[in-house]
Amino acid sequence: MFEPMPRILLGLLTGFLFGFLLQKGRVSDRRVIVGQFLLRDFTVMKVMLTAIVVGGVGVYVMHAAGLTKLFVKPAQLVAVPLGGLIFGVGMVLLGYCPGTAVAAAGEGKRDAWFGLAGMIAAAAVYAEFSGLFASTVQKWSNLGPVTLPELTGVPAWAWFAALALAAASFFRWLDRRARL
Amino acid sequence: MSILARPSWSPYAAGAGIGILSWFAFWSADHPLGVSSVMVRVVAAVEQAAAPAHVAATPYLAKLAPFFDWEFALVLGLAAGAWLSARLSRSAPDTPVSSTRRWQAILGGFLLLFGARLAGGCTSGHGISGSLQLALSGWIFFACIFASGMLTAQILKNREI
Repeated sequence: MFEPMPRILLGLLTGFLFGFLLQKGRVSDRRVIVGQFLLRDFTVMKVMLTAIVVGGVGVYVMHAAGLTKLFVKPAQLVAVPLGGLIFGVGMVLLGYCPGTAVAAAGEGKRDAWFGLAGMIAAAAVYAEFSGLFASTVQKWSNLGPVTLPELTGVPAWAWFAALALAAASFFRWLDRRARL
Repeated sequence: MSILARPSWSPYAAGAGIGILSWFAFWSADHPLGVSSVMVRVVAAVEQAAAPAHVAATPYLAKLAPFFDWEFALVLGLAAGAWLSARLSRSAPDTPVSSTRRWQAILGGFLLLFGARLAGGCTSGHGISGSLQLALSGWIFFACIFASGMLTAQILKNREI
């Protein structure tokens, strides 16, 4: 039932920092999340893209140095888009994603508690149909755990450089426009 | 202490912190940051107590054993970290939840997690951890949640929720 205690403590510590950062980054605020989807507030994009570039550069360096494996999820070209489209509707209705809902629930935002109840219900229902999905939608057009560098031949550093440049110029333009 | 008591940090600082935390998770736990599978772990733990034979017969649940793992602890820690952050900055207390909002939150949570399990991850597992590894699946997921989320937000915009 339990993993060894050192791993549990490590998980608690990592999660604690994660929750602290999400709350300080204001993404456990429903208005901020819905504001992103209305293109009125770009906090969510700023947090996510910065995490992706900073996290990605470090993880690729660590991988090259043999310090970590990569954990790439399979590119199931039917299940991933379908799941993502359903997820987007749910994220706007609830106003949080799973991680930020847990953060909001921890802060005492009661709507997030109802969201968690809905999530657990969905997990129970999903588990009953998991075999069906695994043998159908998740099997269709499954490219396996493929990455953009593998797919295109463009190296990882070029992806991160392009991403950082595009994100930085876009946010700079946004922040300037907001000050006018 | 004053920086910890600020109500918010720059989104770039928070994002960079999450990126660095990802290095730590990959290196220390051999595990990317992720949240949505923990909801399945809760279900598996409850059903294990109530109907162990059913869990044994459902590979999707049985394969998650031991149910209380690093990621489960991550989610508990996440709630505590957000709580402390809000407490230190004395964030505004909660407002009451209307019955419409309650049902909307339950339905939203249901769709959210169902979609996440179908896709194999959520905004953390696919959106951040997947995208930072430049996984094709992560970027497809990212694009799709924005497409349907923007559409849903436009539809709901004028009925205040």
